[in-house]
Amino acid sequence: MKTIVGLEIHVQLATTTKLFCGCSTDYRDDEPNTHCCPICLGLPGALPRLNRKAVEYGLRVAKALDMEVPEDSEFARKNYFYPDLPKAYQVTQYDKPLAVAGTVEIEDDEGHEKIVRITRVHLEEDPGRLVHVAGGSKYSLVDYNRSGIPLLEIVTEPDMRSPQEARRFLNKLRTILEYLGVFDGDREGSLRVDANISLEGSQRVEVKNISSYKGVEKALTFEVTRQKNLLRRGQTVTRETRHFMEGRGITTSARSKEEEHDYRYFPEPDLRPLRVAEWVAAIDLPELPVARKNRFMQQYGISLNHARTLTGDPKLADFYEEVAGVDPVLAATWVSDTLLGELNYRDMSIAAVPPGRIAELLGLLRSETITDKAGVQVLREMLDACAAGKPCEMPAAIVKREGLGKATGGEFTPIVQAVIAANPQAVEDYRIGKKGALNFLVGQVMKETRGRADPRELGRIVSGCIETGGV
Amino acid sequence: MAGTLKFSPDDRYNAFITTCREAPFGDGALGGTAIAVKDNISTAGIRTTCASRILESYVPPYDAHVVGLLRREGAAIVGKTNMDEFGMGTTTETSAFGPTRNPVDPERVPGGSSGGSAAAVAAGLVPMALGTDTGGSIRCPAAFCGIVGLKPTYGRVSRYGLIAYANSLEQIGPMARTVEDVSRLMSVIAKYDFHDSTMLDRPYDHRPTADIAGLRVGVPEEYFGEGVDPRVAETVRDAIGVLEGLGASTVPVSIPGMRHALAAYYVICTSEASSNLARFDGVRYGPAVDTRKTWHEAYQDLRQELFGKEVRRRIMLGTFALSAGYAGRYYAKAQVARRNIKEDFERAFREVDIIAGPTMPTVAFRLGEKTDPLSMYLSDILTVPANLAGVPAISVPCGRVDGLPVGFQLMGRQFEDERVVDAAFAYEQEVRR
Repeated sequence: MKTIVGLEIHVQLATTTKLFCGCSTDYRDDEPNTHCCPICLGLPGALPRLNRKAVEYGLRVAKALDMEVPEDSEFARKNYFYPDLPKAYQVTQYDKPLAVAGTVEIEDDEGHEKIVRITRVHLEEDPGRLVHVAGGSKYSLVDYNRSGIPLLEIVTEPDMRSPQEARRFLNKLRTILEYLGVFDGDREGSLRVDANISLEGSQRVEVKNISSYKGVEKALTFEVTRQKNLLRRGQTVTRETRHFMEGRGITTSARSKEEEHDYRYFPEPDLRPLRVAEWVAAIDLPELPVARKNRFMQQYGISLNHARTLTGDPKLADFYEEVAGVDPVLAATWVSDTLLGELNYRDMSIAAVPPGRIAELLGLLRSETITDKAGVQVLREMLDACAAGKPCEMPAAIVKREGLGKATGGEFTPIVQAVIAANPQAVEDYRIGKKGALNFLVGQVMKETRGRADPRELGRIVSGCIETGGV
Repeated sequence: MAGTLKFSPDDRYNAFITTCREAPFGDGALGGTAIAVKDNISTAGIRTTCASRILESYVPPYDAHVVGLLRREGAAIVGKTNMDEFGMGTTTETSAFGPTRNPVDPERVPGGSSGGSAAAVAAGLVPMALGTDTGGSIRCPAAFCGIVGLKPTYGRVSRYGLIAYANSLEQIGPMARTVEDVSRLMSVIAKYDFHDSTMLDRPYDHRPTADIAGLRVGVPEEYFGEGVDPRVAETVRDAIGVLEGLGASTVPVSIPGMRHALAAYYVICTSEASSNLARFDGVRYGPAVDTRKTWHEAYQDLRQELFGKEVRRRIMLGTFALSAGYAGRYYAKAQVARRNIKEDFERAFREVDIIAGPTMPTVAFRLGEKTDPLSMYLSDILTVPANLAGVPAISVPCGRVDGLPVGFQLMGRQFEDERVVDAAFAYEQEVRR
């Protein structure tokens, strides 16, 4: 039974001011209702004035997704009553969206490239936010800081075939949006998704207001199971809207009556039609993920996997390019494998890491001043300092302080001799050709030297010692 | 020369909803001039009610753009004038603050919806006032009260701060006893405002001239036909004769789209109104809602209670006209009719410079005379075309019928407000001599 998924994604555009007024969009740590004016409060008589930047951002997305921008676009009023909606209508776009007919390339579940078609993108304003007071209060509070935040709604065709594909699509879309500089994924509620899902030949269900990528995959997975179970029991799937309960990982039916809206759309008389098709030519797109991935492989000679990981986030890709330096392959391994793992472990963002220090660390590794193992230790020390908001020490200083500099041959000859003396059986095994015995002996030396020695070099020394019967 | 103007008028006609006993003023083109402002135009610190109970205690925190311009030119804003609730009426009888009476005959209505502004000017309480005109709301009361009122070209005066009734139709405009004063006030308020996206940067800076020799005046048959009081028609024909005497020529023209003008107008204005007025839900305006009810019940009860009958009627009409399954039949068709009228005017204005006719089909009604809404709506037939077409239109007094004033309406091409002002000025100067 084929699973069919289409998405509607609401992306918060990272403009500095709201869609129709000059209020700042960055209200993160501020008191409720401090980023408001007559316009975003919907006071009687106030008029919207379109933020040019939001239109440009929308067009940037349209161009990146290879969309068509019609000559005539138009804002419309979507009328409905809700206490968080200050004008009792939302200014959005209806039958004349900003752009139509685009594509995004993703990998399907077999790892093959496939196209997800984009139906349309349009601009709209966010409503305010209801704050429910704890303790069974008789009222709710309204915060209008969010009112008028510019959103880009991106609607896909039902081209995804599994919850995993939907999540990959969202990751891809997010990467593109971040590359375009129109989206700040770190902001709360910056991306919200409504998902349409059906099993082939059965009714469609809409799951509303999912606020994370993981949530989308979870909600859809739940729906696939729920719908399959219904059909297996000989029941039918009802066409309806469902809400995703993030905490419990389930969807529940929305009371259908509440959802039966007639929005009475009509063109917003306070705004002129939008004729921006000719702006598109002037938009300079940055290098997009696919192009950057290919360039990384070519220019730096790194593997597809590394290139894919590094270009999955523009900030990470920028970081990599800063530290690639003289040994891009070494840098790719360290950044995409070691550094990323350590960051995830600490729940840290790449933005918190000073690239200069990492470049220094890579220098120490390349010159074989320290071993890989010591390198990891130095990296951890640096990241712990960064995470604690402390200045990041120079790697060389950490190496010196902790005595992590790579030991040279002479330095650990006594240790090698001691290990050989203490393990006659292993020495004997090695002599009769058991290669594993050497690794054991090297391991013993490594333990004694706390990782400061290069295992390959140690191997040579240990075998030399055994063969010559001592130094 | 800044100071304070003491203002305590004998408001026997109920022209004002709010008066400012001490109105500050400054220097400028209107330095110290008392100006009354219709009560749907936002004034910071002065309550702005739209003559509705739902906004009875609403005090805007900001000035409408035009009010800021008035203050900048030194005007003293002495009060907020009565009107039909949210502008929905032709008589000022739908006001929650009681009807305004016509100073010419207190048993008559002053017209509407800017009846308070017209009455305040006609009674001599203020020399000038601001009105708003969605389908004739400046010109009708100007005609009924015997004063001058200009509905500017759509997009010439900022609507920022005007509490919207029908956004795509309405304009703020000047009202005064003379064309010259109307023109003076227009020069102050018609200045560009980036807040209003439907506005063009076409400031009005004009002193009227009476030289209209060679002016081609179009006379549309539809303005003298069925429903127009023949004596009113006759009076207006005489006024057109005066223009001819001043060197203008007349050309018969036709606005065939007028057949559907009223229907289109009422569909569009009620549709927009149904959306504009939805925000008055009791959460932020009006008395606190009953929290024992569910929120949609509370909304419904409060709106039922605090909106007047005519407002509720128009909200329901507009809601219906925009509903799924009906929008195509009503809203979309009204837009077609609107385009037709616009094209009719454009066609006519290729042959003539001005179109002339009566402002209203009759003189002022008696208070309470028009009881059924339809006959009331019909009286807007001669004023709504200018709003649908977005063209400037002025009403200037041109004599009396039964002792009541008749308005002479002159309409011009878009952004040729100066020309309609000049034509009205030429007429006025000629008949005053």
